Amino acid sequence: MSETGYEYRVVRGFAFSALFWLIIGLTVGLWIAFEMFNPALNLTPWLSFGRLRVVHTNGLGLGFGLAGIFATSYYILQRLTRTPLAFPKLALAHLYLFNTAIALAALSLFMGMNTTKEYAELEWPLDVGVVILWVMYAINVFGTLIRRREKQMYISLWYIIAMTVTIAVLYIVNNLAIPVTLFKSYSIYAGANDANVEWWYGHNIVGFIFTVPVLAMFYYFLPKATGLPIYSHRLSIISFWALIFAYLWTGAHHLMLTPLPEWIQTVAIAFSIFLIAPSWGSVVNGYYTLQGNWDQMRSNYLVKFFIIGITFYGLQTLQGPLQGLRTLNAFFHYTDWVVGHVHMGTMGWVAMVISASFYYMIPRITGNDLHSIKLANVHFWLILGGQLIWTITMWIGGIQQGAMWKATNPDGSLMYNFLDSVTSLYPYYRLRFAAGVVYFIGILIFAWNLIMTVRKKPVEA
Amino acid sequence: MGIYSKPVVFAVLSAVVILIGTIVTVFVPLFMPSTQPVSPYVKPYTAVELEGRDLYMREGCNNCHTQTVRPLRTEVLRYGEYSKPEEFAYDRPFLWGSRRTGPDLNRVGGKYPDSWHYRHMQSPQGMFEKSNMPPYGWLASNRLDTGNSFKKISVLGYGYSAEDVRQQISDYKAKVTGPGYDSKETRDQVTPANLRGELTEMDAMIAYLQKLGRDVKNLEAAP
Repeated sequence: MSETGYEYRVVRGFAFSALFWLIIGLTVGLWIAFEMFNPALNLTPWLSFGRLRVVHTNGLGLGFGLAGIFATSYYILQRLTRTPLAFPKLALAHLYLFNTAIALAALSLFMGMNTTKEYAELEWPLDVGVVILWVMYAINVFGTLIRRREKQMYISLWYIIAMTVTIAVLYIVNNLAIPVTLFKSYSIYAGANDANVEWWYGHNIVGFIFTVPVLAMFYYFLPKATGLPIYSHRLSIISFWALIFAYLWTGAHHLMLTPLPEWIQTVAIAFSIFLIAPSWGSVVNGYYTLQGNWDQMRSNYLVKFFIIGITFYGLQTLQGPLQGLRTLNAFFHYTDWVVGHVHMGTMGWVAMVISASFYYMIPRITGNDLHSIKLANVHFWLILGGQLIWTITMWIGGIQQGAMWKATNPDGSLMYNFLDSVTSLYPYYRLRFAAGVVYFIGILIFAWNLIMTVRKKPVEA
Repeated sequence: MGIYSKPVVFAVLSAVVILIGTIVTVFVPLFMPSTQPVSPYVKPYTAVELEGRDLYMREGCNNCHTQTVRPLRTEVLRYGEYSKPEEFAYDRPFLWGSRRTGPDLNRVGGKYPDSWHYRHMQSPQGMFEKSNMPPYGWLASNRLDTGNSFKKISVLGYGYSAEDVRQQISDYKAKVTGPGYDSKETRDQVTPANLRGELTEMDAMIAYLQKLGRDVKNLEAAP
């Protein structure tokens, strides 16, 4: 606890938990990236691709993503309300329980306890655990907000509130299941309905974990890091409400041309296109905040992360709706194009903004200067380069595979068998692995930089 | 001003805003006949097929294989008739997948003999040198656990009695372990000697794969 009474131990704990799960998740990611062109790494059942892929997605989504959100939102919440956390002991319990739950989650997925609903693969006892964790978090969010000393709630707090409410609804509805044993359950929904519920969840869990709270960070830390106020408060109000309204209609763009009723797909396309507007509302707000101060891109190492991060958010939110269009979706869906899309958002936008937020936050809560700005710059260029090579490689591979699936001979027969379309991607998979290594080195430098920062003795005044 | 200084009101309002799209596109369809059609041709999984399906889930096969053929010309050419909603009436959860690292499997049932699957699961690279599918030969070294089969069937409401479930399991066991099984030679090659007279996880997985799309073939064959 600091002299102001703010609870910073839990912020620091979650920040380093995020780093830990980030490194674990990326290691698993590199492992499965290698398996894609060399199946020899499927050494044991535990290390087979089908089990490892969910360890990768859950490790990074739940482990890194959520821990990063908890770290930054506990910090933002206290600063913006000028109020210490309402229940600091509960927050510490939340930290320990969270890491226990993620460790158990990883273990259970390694063992094959997998409900197969994407990003909701955990079996029911762990789902109960996640709900308990979420309630613990929500009590502190609302407890602190109710006791706050600062009357007006700033933009970031709106996003934190929306996330807290929405994740609860999504997680509970999608995970409703009937247990058979402690380790096995069946979804209460069947067939097309199960698919519809799952992708409503799947799309919005991305929205409310990888977009909404990251925007909360962006709206708080960008003005803090630059000393510049957000360009337009009105634009942020419109963007916020339009974003959280439209998001929930769009899940079925993941189910284009499947047996789901066509009207649900079409409604999803329409709202996906609409979503470009509020998404770009935030992008424009970010860019215009720097109006007249673009020199900070050079002079302030944090600004690069935020501006390049929001740029990838802008590209992501253009690419996403376009992929959702029926014609383009028929071509791109089920290929590596989509894999590239996801990773631009996570490696480009989410990781960039969380990196910069930690660089801003950790020195301030420890009272130490950042260990090395030079290393932070190296980290930036490595993750930017690694991510770009990674995602562009997957887009090209996706186009190639999509084209091979569609190619026909003059007599109307298929030109390629399926295996041709797989083996032709191996050069891309090798390059993707190499790009992943570059990215991983960048992240190791990030972790090292923060570890050295907190280990420094505070400078004497 | 107003709601921006009232956190609880703000939270309630946010909940209302996110629930509108949810209700229209997710909750309402739950009760519409178009999302849950049934067909007399589509039969629930037998106990062995269901165990195979659970193994398919355990091994995360859905991470690389889809189970939905889209109504596109080249897709129907490659895999067969496109998928219909009634085919999935008994699928809890659905296994449509989202990425085709391997081919779609919704029409794989009956496409190859069991012996093909035994050999392929044992060593995908033995059959297709450059395949990146993980080998699953070890499934043949695991005895199939049918201890919860009836409980699973009851939870899913497939309507079989405990006796039906026992019968399905012993019938399938008699089929694959009997001397007349058309894939006996390959099965014996991949199955350890002590399990040749038992049902293995590999047997169940193959039973499941052979079920996929089979009912639709009956539907098409119907007058």
